[in-house]
Amino acid sequence: MLRADEITVRYGSRIVLDRLSFEVAPGEIVGLGGPSGCGKSTLARVLALMLRPDGGRVSVDGTPTPGWRQRAPRALRTSVALLYQQPRLAVDPRLTLAEIIAEPLAAAKLPRDRAAELAERAGLTPDLLTRRPHEVSDGQLQRACLARALTLRPRYLVCDEMTTMLDASTQALLVGVVRDYREEEGAGVLAISHDQVLLERWADRRAELSGAGSRPVTPSPSPVPRSRS
Amino acid sequence: MTTSAPADRLGTRPATALDVRDLTVTFRLPGATVQAVTQASFEVRPGRCLALVGESGCGKSVLAHALLGLLPGNATVSGSALLDGGLDLLAARPDVLARQVRGRRIGLIPQSPATHLTPVRTARAQLDEALRELGSAHTAAELAGRFGLREADLDRYPHELSGGMAQRVANAIALAGDPGLLIADEPTSGLDRPLVDRAMGVLRSLCDEGRAVLLITHDLRAAERVADDLAVMYASRLVEVGEAAEVLERPRHPYARGLVDAQPDRAFRPIPGMPPELTALPGGCAFQPRCLQAVAACSAVPDLEEGVACHVARR
Repeated sequence: MLRADEITVRYGSRIVLDRLSFEVAPGEIVGLGGPSGCGKSTLARVLALMLRPDGGRVSVDGTPTPGWRQRAPRALRTSVALLYQQPRLAVDPRLTLAEIIAEPLAAAKLPRDRAAELAERAGLTPDLLTRRPHEVSDGQLQRACLARALTLRPRYLVCDEMTTMLDASTQALLVGVVRDYREEEGAGVLAISHDQVLLERWADRRAELSGAGSRPVTPSPSPVPRSRS
Repeated sequence: MTTSAPADRLGTRPATALDVRDLTVTFRLPGATVQAVTQASFEVRPGRCLALVGESGCGKSVLAHALLGLLPGNATVSGSALLDGGLDLLAARPDVLARQVRGRRIGLIPQSPATHLTPVRTARAQLDEALRELGSAHTAAELAGRFGLREADLDRYPHELSGGMAQRVANAIALAGDPGLLIADEPTSGLDRPLVDRAMGVLRSLCDEGRAVLLITHDLRAAERVADDLAVMYASRLVEVGEAAEVLERPRHPYARGLVDAQPDRAFRPIPGMPPELTALPGGCAFQPRCLQAVAACSAVPDLEEGVACHVARR
């Protein structure tokens, strides 16, 4: 279980998340919606252990994240992967796509053999892998970011508006890759989007975050049965 | 031709606001040529919105930049694009486009308004500048009110504006010179759905005032909300053109059908494969390698006839 207990986050004097509790179970896809500025992306970063909350705690499969200062410990950090809305802001522009995908493996000093397979699954052809970000489209770059997110086999995946910039076909492909990963690895997924139609199709259950600074705890009322082809 | 009819866009209207014929754009790169737009022909009428849709990198934005004369120096352009039946935008001198066309006769609603605005000046300073340069009769307060901005919002810097507010400021600037034709280049990317709906509502009302709108987007649902006509672009060519409702309901080109079916409220199924590189387009129909219905005839490039460029769809 990826779990946030009574999380509070402030930016200056502004309270963005106020004692929010939220959880994602292994193998489930939770869709999170809510208006702009309600704290969806902040919650994404807290759950991905990229942002330390001002109050409350996050635990991963029962392991509490201790009182880290700059970064959470690597073993915990790599068990949750985060995908951003804008792939161009999420990659090093000097690297090739192959290097971008293999980055987590290099950092973890693991062999790079898995990178090619993930790239293929994300629909990237070998000729694209030798290019750098400015030589590919947003859709192609986001495919690389998704492959990169999966290289270390995270137990949880947080997708923050992953497909907002993309056309319908690329969106359907990437959502399919995430679903397959969930099926194969039993990973839990938090899918954040303002697109209700997309979440209805993608998620097993849905939650809604209300306005900024309010009490946004809205666990999903009725879990949707999890049946996927 | 460098002159055209006087600017009575919203009074007595010509039949077409923009008539594009065989627009072709290539870019010369070291060791390669990018075929960005190939023989695109379409028209935009006053009071109507044409949405140009397609995957990222298919040439949509290049087409818009060609019409505005904003392509880089390594671009080669051919074809014609008549504005209000007169001035050919593709043949016009750069100073004519700068002094008489952009802002006055064609307004641009940019992608990512927050980054389009100058970060070190307030919204008001930028709107005032547009009004002054264009010699506009409008006032900043009036335009702000029209797009639902408060006076106080105008005194903010771009980083202090939300995405929706930055969009409104960009709209106000685009409308400062009362252009008869608006080109909106991915105006909704990065906005959430309620803001997309609102932005589309604004475009629709601008159309209903008699302006012509060319909307460039990858978002079919946004297009569906506002467009009267739809053009589907694939690998630099228009592959299907028709009434928006008709194309979205009964797409004829296999690519258009794939795009419609990929939406989450439809089959939610991706089109297999990836679009070709614009530096290495396949011979014949560019969609053929991804097309499940391809036949022998597809090795020849199909012309756009009766609204569709496909050997199979026309049979």
